Parts: sequence; structure tokens; C-alpha cells
Amino acid sequence: MMNQRQWISHQNSRGIHTLSALSELSVGTTAVVESLDLPDEIGHHLMHMGFAPEARVVVIRRAPAGDPTVYSIDGFEIALRRETACHIRVRPQQEGPR
Amino acid sequence: MSDCCSTDTGVALLESPVVAPRTPGKIRTVALVGPPNSGKSTLFNRLTGLRQKVANYPGVTVEQHFGKLSGIGRSDLVLIDLPGIYSLDSYSEDSRVAVDVLHGAMPGTPAPDAVLLVLDSLHLRRQLMLAAPVLSLGLPTLVLLNMSDLMETRGGEADTLALAKELGVPVAKISATRGTGLDAITHFLDSKSHTPQEHPTTRLELPVVGNPRSYRQWATGISTRTKYKAPLSSEWTRKLDKILLHRIWGPLLFLVVVIAVFQVVFTIGQPLSDGMQNILNTAGDKVGALLGHSWVESLLIDGIWKGVAAVLVFLPQILLLFLFIGILEDSGYLARAALIADRVMRSIGLNGKAFIPLLSAYACAVPAIMATRTIENKRDRFATILVAPFMTCSARLPIYILMIAAFIPNRDILGGFLGMRAAVMLSLYVLGFLAAFGTAWLLKSSILKTASAPFILELPQYRLPTVRSLSLRLIDRGGVFLKQAGTIILSVMIVLWMLSHVPFHADLPQSVIGRVGLWIEPVIRPLGFNWKIGIGLLSSIVAREVIVGTLGTLYGADPATQSLSLQAALRHDLTLGGAMALVVFFAFAMQCTSTLAIVKRETNSWRWPALQFAYMSVLAYVAAFATNQIITHLF
Repeated sequence: MMNQRQWISHQNSRGIHTLSALSELSVGTTAVVESLDLPDEIGHHLMHMGFAPEARVVVIRRAPAGDPTVYSIDGFEIALRRETACHIRVRPQQEGPR
Repeated sequence: MSDCCSTDTGVALLESPVVAPRTPGKIRTVALVGPPNSGKSTLFNRLTGLRQKVANYPGVTVEQHFGKLSGIGRSDLVLIDLPGIYSLDSYSEDSRVAVDVLHGAMPGTPAPDAVLLVLDSLHLRRQLMLAAPVLSLGLPTLVLLNMSDLMETRGGEADTLALAKELGVPVAKISATRGTGLDAITHFLDSKSHTPQEHPTTRLELPVVGNPRSYRQWATGISTRTKYKAPLSSEWTRKLDKILLHRIWGPLLFLVVVIAVFQVVFTIGQPLSDGMQNILNTAGDKVGALLGHSWVESLLIDGIWKGVAAVLVFLPQILLLFLFIGILEDSGYLARAALIADRVMRSIGLNGKAFIPLLSAYACAVPAIMATRTIENKRDRFATILVAPFMTCSARLPIYILMIAAFIPNRDILGGFLGMRAAVMLSLYVLGFLAAFGTAWLLKSSILKTASAPFILELPQYRLPTVRSLSLRLIDRGGVFLKQAGTIILSVMIVLWMLSHVPFHADLPQSVIGRVGLWIEPVIRPLGFNWKIGIGLLSSIVAREVIVGTLGTLYGADPATQSLSLQAALRHDLTLGGAMALVVFFAFAMQCTSTLAIVKRETNSWRWPALQFAYMSVLAYVAAFATNQIITHLF
């Protein structure tokens, strides 16, 4: 499994559309799920919970301790830890602050 | 998968794997299926009323709820409530159980003849994903769009006719909370039981089984084609979350909730328990007086009645805690609490969902252990169950208070900020907390190490808990506690009574238990305990608070200490080291038959309670030994 930083730079150097890890997005950002970099079992479970390719996800808020983060997907609010969200690749729809 | 039928009888025999033979067209058992938070339990309660039973499925820790469909006048039918699931993939034990029950492969559970699929109409697009695998089972199915009243007031739209056409099965809008639309269920069941089953002549195109991506495309396609319009999301859930999950207000309000719960449990629950104890004791004495002095009276009153009392005394506190946990869970706050606590709980290898159960264990481990069902990850759940009894429960307080009052001078320390007695009490609480967290960390880095199960927490919308569902929950949980703990405590009490009364007409020290107490004295001597404490420890295997009564009896019968109060008698007989070793022993030891019974039920095996008992006893012995040695050498 690739580290999220590795594949971000990888994509950028090739000049293809910018991908980010879901965990990198700031609060308020909307993004579209691209792919899940997780073992099938977990990936499928997340997909059943809404994190499937082409699903629109909005970063709602972070927990008071800064992690986990609450995401809105399909009208549901689901919290994921950074350690999970960093394996979900997304295409940000609006530029979050860099 | 769904187009096989025997035309000569006109009865459809639907193909489904490993299904036990069914009588075609005859419905006896109905399964209730739905995702978590779809309002499935509310509907189950609505349909079965009080006539429901709870058990564990064999071999797993998943709870089985079933009951007669008396809520809609069909007491001849049995409704099985399956665990809330997102899919029929075997990600969790819950979905494995659901698949087995639906296939009729669960031993002891009849194969369902029909399915009620509950979907939350507020989020139909995603909820429909579960319809694909459920429909492909080929059982007569009714799809229920729950919370439709809420969906419509928020501007959502769902066309049941169009959906029924797409899905090939009837679809109805209901509201489980209000009880509206339930006649659709009656119609469905009537039509399926009386008329020969018409085959759902669907050219239903179900997606490839087991592929969530195709499920999703299928579900999206259907909701688009049927012009499903999702309602606006609840404004005030977002607004409330802005405060309740606020960086500063969130944790503060969380703390307020926690303190409020405890304040109520101890200021209302404790007097209730004490009152209960008084009533039970008085009743026991009255009945005992009627029976006169005989061994029958002694067995009935000292053995059985005391056993019953030991269970009942904790009922007010346990119910009160369940009420709070129920309010937290039904309102949606429990998930927020888990979100806030996750960061802290992660440091010991658990997740945020373990926080509220562990917190409840400060009052009583029994409801705490039963509340761990919200933790999906089995290893996390077991770790929480195993460490919960370390939290300082209220049954430890009588012996703590007795020993502290007898041995610790009532002096101020830290410049009058804290009393010495309060400081000792506080350190005992901290000790329990450290033991719990240390053990959790140990378990999570050894036998209960989790490979890579992520923490996924769904935050449901805030809802007002209903009196109906809260009271059903109390009856349900209270019943489980009384049944599980009651039966085991009763047998342990009878055995202990026999051991303390054989040979007949002997005093406690001469009885079997007294002799065992004397016999183990060399073992407990290094802890600073004498044989009387030994007997007290043996008798408190039933419940921790029993030791106070036993010590009272023993010191009261001893001519040397007869005239002294129990506190004075203890001071006369024990060193400071021994006394502190005793409270430390109680901080760690697993002297609670109710808890062991509930752990057995929740883990569905005697292995875990046995391991827990052994581990906690060894820890208690070592810690008490160290305490006695250190204090004896220091003072």
C-alpha cells in the first residue's frame, strides 16, 4: 500500500489531475471519491457506507481533538480517523486552502 | 435467480441456497432486515410489543430478538429481528449471522418465509444498496420506507409504485415511531399466507452479488428512475453539532453530561438501592420469623432470599444507568460522545465507542458490559468487557468506607484542600482506572490485537427518545440481568449456604467454609489477612458488599471482639498494612457473580469469564501483597 504523500507527488509530477487523500482536505471542501487504497474487506465495507467511487463527499468538521473527521456522504455523516481517510483518494472540487 | 416456478400448482418455489424445506405459500416466520439506524428496532418493538424474547445466537455474540407479531394482530407469526447490517458481505459477525438466518442455516432458528426490509427513506439512495442482496434471496419481501413522515415534511419524495415496479416487490411508506402505515404489513402477510404465492414475475436485474460498486450503481439507477428526491438534511442536527462538537464547548458539555449522569445515579440510584435493601431485609426477617428457627428457615432466608436480594439490590442502579445509556443512544449523542472520546481511547488501543460503557462501569459493570454491544469490532468489544470490572463500582464502596473509616485518621492534607480519607478513596478510584487502562493496553497489544479494522462511526441525526422505546429497553435489559445473574447467583448462594451450615448446628468458624478460611490462612497471611478475612473473601465471591455482613457476623460471634463495634474490632485485629491490602485486593479482584454471569452471556463462552477471574485474582493477590509489605516496612 502506497503512502499518501508518495502518490500525491507521483500524480503531480505526471501532470495528471490533482488527487488528494481525503484526510488532507480542509473543512468545508467538497470532493469526489476516486478510489480506495484499502484491503478489499474494509474497502467494501466503506463502499457500503457510501465511500464508493464517484460519490461526492464534503468535509464537515473535525472532532474537538482534531481527529477523527466527520464527512458527509450521501446525506449521511460518517466519522473516519486520519489513518483510514488517508487511504481514500479524492478529486477536490473546490480548491481548499493550501 | 428468481425465475423458477412450478406452473402446475401455480405455486412459486423460489430458488434460494441451503433453505430448509418450506411449506409453499404458508408463512410462519418473518425476518426483519435493515441497515443500522433505519429505525428497525423501533419497528420491531412496535410489531411485537412486549411479547419478545432475547437470546444469543449459538456460538456467536450476536443477540437474537424474536417475538410474536401481536402488535398487528398476527400472534400466529414469529418475527425475527436480524442485526442491523449494511450488506450481506461477511465483514462483521452481524452480517454473517444475518446471512445464516436468511438462508435458514442458523441452528435453532427457523428459516424465514418472508422478509420485511426496512430502509430509512431519508437516505434511500444508499439504503437501497442493501435491497440488492436481500431481494436476490428470492423470499417474499416487503420493502418498508421508514420515517416517511419526516421525509415528506422535509420536502423529500419517494414513489412507492415506481419503486415496487423497479424492485419487483411491494413497497410501503411507514413511520415506526408513529405507527402509521403498518396495515401494509398486515396486507402483505395476509396476501402471502392465503393466496397461492404469485411469482414475482420480475425481470429484475440485480447487480453482481458481492460487488458494492455495482450495488451502488444499481441503487442510484433505481432512485433516479423512480424520481426519488432526498429530503433536506436536518438543519438542527448540524446546528446542534456545531455546539456539541465544538472545539471547546463540545468537551465541556460532554463533561457536564458525564457528571450529571453520575450525580443522578448516585444521588437517586444509591438511596433507591438502599431502600430496596431495607425492604428486602425486612421482608426476609418477617417471613423468617413466621417460619421459626429451623434449617429450612435458614436456607430460605439466609441462602435463597439473600441471593435474590443480592441481585435485586442493584436493580434500581442498573435500570437507571440503562435509562441514561438509552437516552444517550436514542438521541444520537452516544455517537458524538464516541467521537469526542476517540482520541483518548485510541492511546490504549480501544476506540471512542468504549468510553461510555467504561464510564458506566463506575456505577456497575453489568450494564457497562451489556452496553458494549455498540462496539462493532469484536476484539475491541471483548477488551472493553474484560477491563470494565476494574472500574470502581458501587459494590466496592461499603468495604472501602468501612476500612477507611476504621484505619485512616480524619485529617486534612494538602493544606486542608483534601481530607486524608478522601485522598485514600480517590487513590482507590485511580488504581481501578489504571488497572483497567493498563490491562486494555496489554490485551490490545497481545491476545486481542486488531489487524486493521478501521474505526468508522456513523453520526445519526438527533432524535427525541420516545418513552415507549426507552421503557421497552429497560424491561428488556432488566429481564436479561435478572435471568442471567439471578440464576447463577441463586445457585452460588445455595452452595455457599450449605458450606457455611455443614456440619449442622456448627458456628461459622467450624463450618466447611470456616475451615477452608482457616486452611487458606497461610496463603493470605503474607497479605496481612487473618482467617476471618479469609472467610469474608470466600463469601464475597457472590458479591463484593457481602464481606461487610460476613465480617460483622464473625466479629460479633467472637467473645474477644463481641463488645466492640465492627470498626473497633477490625482495628483490634488487623494492621494498617493488612487493612489497606484488603481494599487494594477489592480494587482488583473479580468478586461479582453477576458480572461473571453477564460476561459469560456476552462472550458466549465460559473461557473469557474464567480468564478474567484468574487474571484479576492474581493481580489482586500480588497488589495486596505488595501493599501490605510496603506499608508494614514504611510505618
